[in-house]
Amino acid sequence: MKFRAWLAIVAGILPLALIAIVAFLAIYSWPAMHFNGFGFVTRDTWRLGNLYANPVVVHGTQIPRGATYGILFLIVGTLLSTAIALLIALPLGVGAAIFLAEVVPDALRTWISFFVELLMAIPSVVFGLWGYVVVIPFLGQHLYPALAHTVGRVIPIFGEPSGSGYGLLTAGVVLSLMIVPIIAATLRDALVSQPSSLREAALGLGATRFEALWKVMLPGTRKTLIGATFLALGRALGETMAVLMVSGNALNILPHRIYDPISTMAAFIVSQLDSALQDPTGLAVRSLAEIAFVLAIISIIVNALARLLLLMWNSNQRSVMV
Amino acid sequence: MSAIAAAPRQIRLSRRIVSISGWALSGLCLAVLSVLMVWILSVVFVRGIGALNFKVLTTITQGSGGGLLNAIEGTLVLSGAALLLAVPFGVAAGIYSAEYRFSSWAITIRFLADVLVGVPSIVIGYFGYVALVQWLGWNFSLAAGAISLAIISLPYICRTTELALRQVSNDLRDAAYSLGANERRVIFGVCLPAALPSVLTGVLLALAVSVGETAPLLYTAGWSNFMWDGHLTHSPIAYLTYAIWTFINEPFASANALAYAAALLVTGFVLIINILARFVLERRRRRLRR
Repeated sequence: MKFRAWLAIVAGILPLALIAIVAFLAIYSWPAMHFNGFGFVTRDTWRLGNLYANPVVVHGTQIPRGATYGILFLIVGTLLSTAIALLIALPLGVGAAIFLAEVVPDALRTWISFFVELLMAIPSVVFGLWGYVVVIPFLGQHLYPALAHTVGRVIPIFGEPSGSGYGLLTAGVVLSLMIVPIIAATLRDALVSQPSSLREAALGLGATRFEALWKVMLPGTRKTLIGATFLALGRALGETMAVLMVSGNALNILPHRIYDPISTMAAFIVSQLDSALQDPTGLAVRSLAEIAFVLAIISIIVNALARLLLLMWNSNQRSVMV
Repeated sequence: MSAIAAAPRQIRLSRRIVSISGWALSGLCLAVLSVLMVWILSVVFVRGIGALNFKVLTTITQGSGGGLLNAIEGTLVLSGAALLLAVPFGVAAGIYSAEYRFSSWAITIRFLADVLVGVPSIVIGYFGYVALVQWLGWNFSLAAGAISLAIISLPYICRTTELALRQVSNDLRDAAYSLGANERRVIFGVCLPAALPSVLTGVLLALAVSVGETAPLLYTAGWSNFMWDGHLTHSPIAYLTYAIWTFINEPFASANALAYAAALLVTGFVLIINILARFVLERRRRRLRR
C-alpha cells in the first residue's frame, strides 16, 4: 500500500476514538433513552426505586418499582456553576491579560505568564483537595457568613443561611480558577500580536495609554475572547473531580441560595455509579450513560463552535492549545 | 499660542482617574491569580512534605495507612502503557495533519483532535467502563485504564507533533526530495528528527496530563491495595490520584497524610514536566528566531 494511505489509516484512530465514544454511549444508553423519554431533562427527581422488590415492566422496559430518572437539578447545577465560574474568570482573565501584555516588560512576560498558566497544568483532583482542605473552611466560616450579613440583606439569593461552605458558589469559585488561564493566555497572545500602529494612532489622537488599550486594542481582540470563553465554558461544563469535592453533591433539589449544595452532570456520574450498580435491571447504569452521552454531545457542540469561531476569525493566528 | 502648545498636557482629571484605576485593576487581577497560585502550591508542598517520608515511598497501602508504593507503581505503569498506546497513533495523526495539511482528511483530524481535547475526561472514563469493563468483560484492569488514558492523550500528542513539524523549514523538505528521497524517507528521515525535541516535549506533556487524571480511571482501573500483579485484564490497579480523592475524605490522620503525600508527588511530577517542557520549547523558539 502507498505510504500516504497507510499513514492516513493509522492517523484515523483519533477520529475513530471520538466516534466510538459517542456511538458506544448512545447504544448502551438506548434502553434508558427509550424509557426516560424527553422528561429526562425536565424532571428533577433521580430515584433508583425499590431495588429489593421484583422489577416491574413499564412501556416494555423492566424497571425497579418506582424508579424515575430526571436530571433537571444536574442541568441547573451545571449551568449555574459554569455561569458563576465565567462571571469570575472573565474579568480576572481579561485584567491579567491586559497587565501581562501592556505593562509587564517583554523579558519578564514569558515567565510570569508561564507561572500563572501553570494553573492549567495542576490536576483537577489537586484543586479539589485545596478546595476541600482550605477554601471550604475559609469560605464557609468567614466569608459566606459575612456575605450573608451584608449583601444578603439586599439581594435575597445571598441571604442567610450561609451553609457549610460546600455548594454552588464554592464550586463556581474553584472552577473559575481552573478556566481563567485559558482566557488569560489566549487574550494575552491576541493583545501582543495586535499591530502596534493601532496603539500609536490612538495615542496620536490624544488618547491616554489606557484609553488606547480599552477602546482600540481590546475591541480588536473581541472575537478571540469569545472563542476563548467558549473553550473555557467547555472545560467548566465537564470538570469532574474538583466539583465533586466541593459542590456538596446535592440530590434532587434545586438551589435557592448561592450557598446551597448542587451537583453537576460530570460529578454525578462519579458519585452515583456505585449505587447505580445495585440496580438488578441495569437501567440506572444506562441512565448514567445517558448523562454521559448528553454531556459528550454538549461538550462537542461547545468545543466545535469555539474552534470554528477561532478558525474563521483568525485563520493566520494559532490559538493556544488547551 | 501657548494654550495650543500646552493642550496635550491637559488631560481631564476624570480621564486620568479612569486610566490609573484601569491599570491598577488589571494589575490587581494578575496579583490575585499569582497569590492563588502560590496559595495552592504552598498548601500542596507544605502539607505534602510534612507527610512524605521513606516509609510512604517504600510500603504498600494497608487500610487507611501504610504507604503509596502500589499507587506510585500503578500510576507509572498506567501512564506508561497509555503512552505506548497513544504515541504511535498520535504522532501518525500529527504527521498526517502537518505534512498533508491542506487535504480534507488532515483538516478533519485537526478539527476532531481539538474537539476530543474538550470532551470531559469523565465521559471518556464512562465510555471505558461501558465498552471495556462491561462489554469486553475486562473488569477493572490496567488495559481498560490505560486505553482510557491513551484516548485522552491522543489529541495532545497529535497537536504538538503537528505544531513541531510545521516549524520544520520547507527548504529541508525540498532538499531531501531533490536528493531523491521518497515521502517516507523525507518524513521519518528528515522532518521528524528535526522536530524530535518538540515532539518529545509534547509526549512528556501528555504524560503529565495522564498522571494527573482521576475521573477516567475511577471506573476503569479500580483500586488495589497491592502491587500490580502483571495481569493486563481482570485485576484492578492502584494509582496516586485515587489516593488523593479517597484518603482526604477519611477521618484518620494517617489516611489524610497519604492524600497529601500523593498530592505532592502528582503535583511535583506535573510541574517538573511542565517547567522542563517550557525550557525546551523556549530554547528552540529562540534558536529558530535567530
